[in-house]
Amino acid sequence: MNYFPDEVLEHVFDFLTSHRDRNAVSLVCSLWYRVERFSRQRVFIGNCYAISPEKLITRFPGLKSLTLKGKPHFADFNLVPPDWGGYVQPWIEALAKSRIGLEELRLKRMVVSDESLELLSRSFANFKTLVLVSCEGFTTDGLAAIAANCRFLRELDLQENEIDDHSGHWLSCFPDSCTSLTSLNFACLKGEINLASLERLVARSPNLRSLRLNRAVPLETLQKILMRAPLLVDLGTGSYVHDPDSETYNKLKTTILKCKSIRNLSGFLEVAPRCLPAIFPICLNLTSLNLSYAAGIHGSELIKLIRHCAKLQRLWILDCIGDKGLEVVASTCNELQELRVFPSDPFGVGHDAVTEIGLVAISIGCPKLHSLLYFCQQMTNAALITVARNCPNFIRFRLCTLDPTRPDPETMEPLDDGFGAIVQSCKFLRRLSLSGLLTDQVFRYIGMYAEQLEMLSVAFAGNSDKGMLYVLNGCKKLRKLEIRDCPFGNMALLSDVGKYETMRSLWMSSCEVTLWGCKTLAKVMPRLNVEIINEHDQMEICPEDGQRVEKMYLYRTLVGPRKDAPEFVWNL
Amino acid sequence: MEIGSEKEKMGFEETELRLGLPGNGGSEGEVARKRGFSETKATTMDLKLKLSSKDAGMDLNEKAKTLKKEKNLLTADTAKHHAKAQVVGWPPVRSFRKNMLAVQKGSSEESDMNKASGNIAAFVKVSMDGAPYLRKVDLKTYQSYKELSVALGKMFSSFTIGMKDFMNESKLMDVLNSSDYVPTYEDKVGDWMLVGDVPWEMFVDSCNRLRIMKGKEAIGLAPRAMGKCMRNRS
Repeated sequence: MNYFPDEVLEHVFDFLTSHRDRNAVSLVCSLWYRVERFSRQRVFIGNCYAISPEKLITRFPGLKSLTLKGKPHFADFNLVPPDWGGYVQPWIEALAKSRIGLEELRLKRMVVSDESLELLSRSFANFKTLVLVSCEGFTTDGLAAIAANCRFLRELDLQENEIDDHSGHWLSCFPDSCTSLTSLNFACLKGEINLASLERLVARSPNLRSLRLNRAVPLETLQKILMRAPLLVDLGTGSYVHDPDSETYNKLKTTILKCKSIRNLSGFLEVAPRCLPAIFPICLNLTSLNLSYAAGIHGSELIKLIRHCAKLQRLWILDCIGDKGLEVVASTCNELQELRVFPSDPFGVGHDAVTEIGLVAISIGCPKLHSLLYFCQQMTNAALITVARNCPNFIRFRLCTLDPTRPDPETMEPLDDGFGAIVQSCKFLRRLSLSGLLTDQVFRYIGMYAEQLEMLSVAFAGNSDKGMLYVLNGCKKLRKLEIRDCPFGNMALLSDVGKYETMRSLWMSSCEVTLWGCKTLAKVMPRLNVEIINEHDQMEICPEDGQRVEKMYLYRTLVGPRKDAPEFVWNL
Repeated sequence: MEIGSEKEKMGFEETELRLGLPGNGGSEGEVARKRGFSETKATTMDLKLKLSSKDAGMDLNEKAKTLKKEKNLLTADTAKHHAKAQVVGWPPVRSFRKNMLAVQKGSSEESDMNKASGNIAAFVKVSMDGAPYLRKVDLKTYQSYKELSVALGKMFSSFTIGMKDFMNESKLMDVLNSSDYVPTYEDKVGDWMLVGDVPWEMFVDSCNRLRIMKGKEAIGLAPRAMGKCMRNRS
C-alpha cells in the first residue's frame, strides 16, 4: 500500500470512525502511523493519567475533539475520597498554549474548576461542544464564562454533575448574537434560572434540537418554550406541576401536539401525575424515555403512560413500576433494546422493588434487549437461565440485588449457574456486573465463556484466589476489572503481572492483598502505577508489609507516577 | 420471624425519621440556604408526628427527648441488623442520584397529601417567631385573607396573648407600632413579602411559606407595603 499518495491513505482512513480501528491502523507501519496521526481529529483517553497532555499534543496536532475520563468507576459510589485527583486544568492549560484548535471536550468523572472553564472559553475560537458527566468542582460562574465567550457554541450538556449554583444569571450571559445552540442540558442544576433569558435564548436558537431543563423551570415556561421550538427532538422537562384544569395546562396540551419530532423524553423532576395526559400524544413516537428521576409518578400512573409508548428502544425507570409494570413494558415495548431499573429507595430497604418475575417477563417480550441495568429485591438461577435463553444478544448485563449476598430464594443456592448461563449464551457480552451469593464457580464460568468481556464488576463474591485467577486467565479482552469485598489476595494479584499492561485498570478494595503484594507488583511492572489509597490513616507511617491494603487502584501508564497525587494516595 | 418483622419495622421507622430531619445528605446545603431562620430539631420532628393543636399543651421537650432516645436505639440496632444495607457504596447508585431521590422523597410526601384533597392543594409551612414548633396549612381551604387570619389566630393562640386581626387597617397600625406580630410570606423567587398586598388567588399561587414575624423585624417590609395596602382597600 505504500505506493498510494498520503492523501489517498488519509481519505481511506476517514471512513474509519471508531477509535479502535484508527488505533489499529496506526500500528501497521510507520507510514500509516504518520498519515494517521496527522489526520486524526478525535481522540479518546479512557484514563487521564495514562498519558500526558504534552504527548497528546505532539502526536495529534490536528486534534479537534477530546474525550477524557478521570476517577475510577467506583468513585461513583463514594469509594474514592475527595481530592483524589482527575483534574482537567493541566489539560486545558497545555492545549491552550499549543496551536490545537479544540472544538469539542467531553469529560467524565473529572474535577473541573471555574478557572478551567474560563480558560477553555477564552482559548479556542471555534469551540463548539462541552459535555460534562459526573464532574465536580465548578459553579455557575464557570458556565457563565462558557456562555459569554464561546461564540459558536453548539452543545452544552451537563449530566449529573455536582455544580455549586450561585445564581441563574449565567443563562443571561449568552450574547444576543449567539444563535448556534443545538443542545442545552442543565437538568442537574439545583438553583433558580432566569426564565425570561431562557425563553429569549430558545427563541433565537433555530437549530435547537435537544433541551433539558432543571426543576426551577415551571410548566408555564415549558409551554412557552415548546411554542418557540416545535422541532425539538430531545426534551427534558423541569417541574411538571400545574392545575390540570387551568388555561396554562390546556395551552400546553395544544402546544405539545405541534411537537411531532420529540423522540427522547426525560425529566419530570417534580410532577403532578394528573398533568401527564398532555404528553400521551408524543409517547407514540418516543424511542427513549427516562423517568428515573420522576419519583412523583407512582406505579399505576407509570403503567398508564408506558402503554402509549410502543416504539420505545430505551427505557430508564424506577423500581416502583413493580413486576406488574414490567409485564406491561414487556407486552407494549417490543422494540426495547436498553432497560435500566433503578431503586426508588436507594438506601436499600426495598419495599417497592422488582424481582426476577419482572426480568423474565421482559426477556420474553423484548427479544432485542442488549443492555440491562437491574436493581432488584431478589433473583433466581431459573430466571437467569430463562433470560439467557430468551435474550442471547446481551452486550451489557448488570444485575444488582439490593442485598449483595442474597442467594436464590427458592433453592438457597448461589447464583453461579444463573450468571453462568448468561455468559455462555451471550457470546457478545462486553460488560458484566454480578451480585447475589456467588462462589468461585461463577468466575470459572466467566473465564470459560466470556470471551468478549471487557469490563467486570464484582462485589462480595468468591471463596478464594482461584476466582480471580479464572477471570485473569480466561478473559482475553478484559480491560477493566473492579473488585470489592472479595477474598482475593496476593497470589491472584501476582499470578500474571503482564496481564495488567493489556488492561486499562484494576481496582481492588477490602480484599486480601497486602502491602507486600502491591509493592512487589509495582517493582516488577514499572509501566504500571500501583496506587494505595490510605484513607483515615488506616496504614501507619511505616506499615508492615504484611498489612492488608484497604484500597488499591492500578493502571497502565506511559508517564510514570502522577505528580498531583494527594498525601493519602501512595504510589508504590 | 419476630426479629424479621422487627427489623422491617425499625428499618422503616429509621427511614421515616431520617427524612424528617433537616440536613439530609446532599440536600443540606440547599435547605440551609433557603431557610431564613433556624428551626430546632425538636420542632421538625414534631411536624413529622403531625401533632394536633390539642397536643400543643404537652411538654414538647419531653417528646423530643424520647424521640431522640428512640432514634439512637434504632440506629444502634439497625446498624447491627442492617449491617449489609448500611455498607458504604451499596447498592451501587451514584451519589448524585441518591441525593436527588432523597430530596424528591421529601417533596413527594407533600404531593401525596395534595392528591388526597383531589385538587392540587397548597400546603405551606407556617412559623411564628418564638413558637416552639411550626404548623402547616392548606391555603386552598380558605377563600380570603380574613379566613386565613382567623385560622392562624386559632392555631397560634396558645402562644400569644391577643393575636390581632392583621387585616384590620387600624389594628395593623397598632401592630406595627407595637411589638406585636406581622404576617409575612416567602414567594416563589425567595423574597419575603408582607401578607395582604396581592389578590387572594395570586397570593395562594405564589406563597411558599408563611412567617409571622415580630413587629419590630417587619418594619423594613411594612412602610411601602402599607401604602399599597391602603390603596387596595376597596
